[in-house]
Amino acid sequence: MRNKTGVPLLFEVSSPGRRGYRLPDLDVPEVPLEELIPSQFQRQQEPKLPEVSELEVVRHFTQLSRLNHGVDVGFYPLGSCTMKYNPRVNEDAAALPGFSAIHPYQPEETVQGALKLMYDLGSYLAELAGLHAATLQPAAGAHGELTGLWIMKAYHEANGEGHRNEVIVPDTAHGTNPASAMMADYKVVEVPSDERGGVDVEALKKLLGPNTAGLMLTNPNTLGLFDENICTIAELVHDAGGLLYYDGANANAIMGIARPGDTGFDIVHFNLHKTFSTPHGGGGPGAGPIVVSEKLAPFLPWPVVDKEGDKYVLKKPEKSIGRVKSFYGNFSVLVKAYAYIRSHGPDGLRQVSEAAVINANYLMHHLKELYHLPYDRYCKHEFVLSGKLQKQNHGVRTLDIAKRLLDYGIHAPTVYFPLTVDEAIMIEPTETETKETLDEFISVMRKIADEAEADPEMLHSAPHVTPVGRLDEARAARQPILRWRG
Amino acid sequence: MRYIPMTEQDRQAMLASMGISSVDELFSDIPEHLRMSEKLNLPPALSEAELMRHMRELAGANVNLTETVSFMGGGVYDHLIPSIVKHLISRGEFLTAYTPYQAEISQGVLQSIFEYQTMIAELTGMDAANASMYDGATALAEAALMACNASRRDVVVLPENLHPEWKEVCEIYLSNQDVQIKYLPYDEETGTINHTVLRELNPKELACVVVQQPNFFGLIEDVDPISEFIHEGGGLLVMAVDPISLGLLKSPGEYGADIVVGDGQSLGNPMSFGGPSLGFFATTDKLVRRMPGRIVGETVDGDGRRGFVLTLQTREQHIRREKATSNICSNQALNALAATIYLSALGKEGFREVAYQCVQKAAYLKKKIAEETPFKVKFSAPSFREFVVTGDVDWEEINRKLLDEGFLGGLPLNRFGLPNDVLFAVTEARTKAEIDRLVELLGGMSR
Repeated sequence: MRNKTGVPLLFEVSSPGRRGYRLPDLDVPEVPLEELIPSQFQRQQEPKLPEVSELEVVRHFTQLSRLNHGVDVGFYPLGSCTMKYNPRVNEDAAALPGFSAIHPYQPEETVQGALKLMYDLGSYLAELAGLHAATLQPAAGAHGELTGLWIMKAYHEANGEGHRNEVIVPDTAHGTNPASAMMADYKVVEVPSDERGGVDVEALKKLLGPNTAGLMLTNPNTLGLFDENICTIAELVHDAGGLLYYDGANANAIMGIARPGDTGFDIVHFNLHKTFSTPHGGGGPGAGPIVVSEKLAPFLPWPVVDKEGDKYVLKKPEKSIGRVKSFYGNFSVLVKAYAYIRSHGPDGLRQVSEAAVINANYLMHHLKELYHLPYDRYCKHEFVLSGKLQKQNHGVRTLDIAKRLLDYGIHAPTVYFPLTVDEAIMIEPTETETKETLDEFISVMRKIADEAEADPEMLHSAPHVTPVGRLDEARAARQPILRWRG
Repeated sequence: MRYIPMTEQDRQAMLASMGISSVDELFSDIPEHLRMSEKLNLPPALSEAELMRHMRELAGANVNLTETVSFMGGGVYDHLIPSIVKHLISRGEFLTAYTPYQAEISQGVLQSIFEYQTMIAELTGMDAANASMYDGATALAEAALMACNASRRDVVVLPENLHPEWKEVCEIYLSNQDVQIKYLPYDEETGTINHTVLRELNPKELACVVVQQPNFFGLIEDVDPISEFIHEGGGLLVMAVDPISLGLLKSPGEYGADIVVGDGQSLGNPMSFGGPSLGFFATTDKLVRRMPGRIVGETVDGDGRRGFVLTLQTREQHIRREKATSNICSNQALNALAATIYLSALGKEGFREVAYQCVQKAAYLKKKIAEETPFKVKFSAPSFREFVVTGDVDWEEINRKLLDEGFLGGLPLNRFGLPNDVLFAVTEARTKAEIDRLVELLGGMSR
């Protein structure tokens, strides 16, 4: 099954003089380079780029692609990542020259279609969140969080409350929440979860005070649970003078069902690469637009798209916090998310969330007899199991279970997160998988539970049929080799 | 819905197997008054054919640069992109994968990032690079923060001739961490950093000096004296570089830079109204553990087979939470893959030739504008593929006229407070005929 050597690096097959692309001949009169760029500004050492033919490049990357799992290849129940199908027609739309071959500094009158798309997408996201105004500029979820926190800070400062320097984050939060708060120079205060998996309200009461800037909450949270006390939480935070930030990483559960704005959230970010199906691309590009309430709209980053008569224009909000990235955001990602929303309409988006929640509950219901379920209540789009029974009884860890899944052609769930669950296994099936795929997953998880009992050693050394075996991560970190040196 | 395979029969069977009768039961934990009773106010669903008709209509309302000849730059450039780039990045195994957390089934993405890191390290002349950041501007802001952490100082020097949008992005990142920014003026004659003013600063206070090369005006900075000055005081040299220019220009490594960033749009990524692109980020071995973002490293499996993994993860948010080097979680993997394929196809000679053609073609336009139009080239320093032209005219008005002739003119700098100036960019994609025609049109447009 396994190749002995794998795919060589392109640098290793390079042959001097070979080229994979030919430029048109230079057709202007040539001037000696020295006259244009004095020699002290020219590089002495040439970069060692590979020298290969076009076919070699095609084969190389095709071979590499075959070593990779993707949604197109098989089931990908990676919790909190919403690995749903990425519709190909959305790629076609984004590739239209009217979207892909436009320059960000073209005169506004020559990009009215792009601005209209952005304006409408902003209003759709505001409608989904139950809020007022949007910025599409943030490049990813974590970037949206940071932008939201900067807005929070600017708002408090404008109200003469710049002393509010604490952001409260649940112990189940994504790592980006506390890291974003740190980037915005906030002190991070962690609130524990209660026995139902939600925010511990009594603990929250003790943490709130005159220094509270806000609370960051994912709802449904990373356990896949909707916080039943959300109204009380919102009231408490607002009474303390704080703002409520909604991490929309898990919005796939709530479209057309409940809106964060109606619950009292002031700032919401959406991960367009999760809920709105834009491809993850092996780690990006994503997009992390945020929507805010009316009182926060003047603080949005600039430029925002506005409509004047029948013209779309770029504008600077009155008290704008500034610019969080170049230009207007990851535009082609925005095009794909827009196309996704237009393909579904209001009924379709609600069906997405219903099906995502049914699929997750179905898996949870059938897996809880095999693996420990720490919070046995209805989940939303995802749920978290614990591998602690397998660990206690057979010495098999969640990592072993995850690696064994790879042998069955299934991507592992998110593991060891959230940190509050011992040996966590976080599973998110999404709405685009068939019942047959879910049933197959249940049966594979049953097989692995059996294997844990019968042959724990085999699981310790899994995976067995992947292109490479378990890799030595400690060695990679201890003696870092971060590039080819020849 | 066409992307949801659940039939009514599936739905009933699944609910029944859980012992419930209605999907509403699954939402019973949401307080009743929060559950939406009305439909979302969104337009109705479109079929694939209807969607594409609508999208073509929206796209058609934009002037696109496959039909209009562009001389606009300012951070986004119309370079040639080999056809194979789009074909290879469209492979579902790359396109529909997540961050490579499960290395054993993610070797494709991991190895391509390792190759990308190698290429960026080669271009910049640095020891190591990360797997990419959101864009050049955010990469620079993170580089400045990293310099503050590494030097334990909190004053960052930015040049006035840095891209104005990058300045703004740095301002928001740095001011929110109480880092002070000092701006360094440029010489009005040359357009490059004024070294006399630099020398008046106390280098022992400075976390870093940032140099953009070529600078926002397209001009080549003399970096050696700046490098010497900042390093004598124990601060860091941060360079923001144009990757195409590195085909010819002295590399940041050769200048002794400590951190190097830049925007990778021009490496095989379409303009796409300014995004997504990628921010590259490279540094020295000494500073590598302070770097933000994902990093891929080489290792072996149990049989000694070479493989690649995400590494040095103890810097990152999912492990360190509020003590991480940055909050960044994603990288621009698909754009970095496009850059890797682009650089592979161009190869050593092709890449140099792109830079060479840019220099020659830009120089040709520059000379012709100076000789055959009433406008003047503003700055005297040598330039790469962009240069500023000045004239007492309304450049936006001129651009409107050029558009009628099928040209997108240079970038009017009035939006950045320079009302008489315009920034022209010439890439290898422009032809002599296009340049000649532009000059002819400009010649007829003074006053």
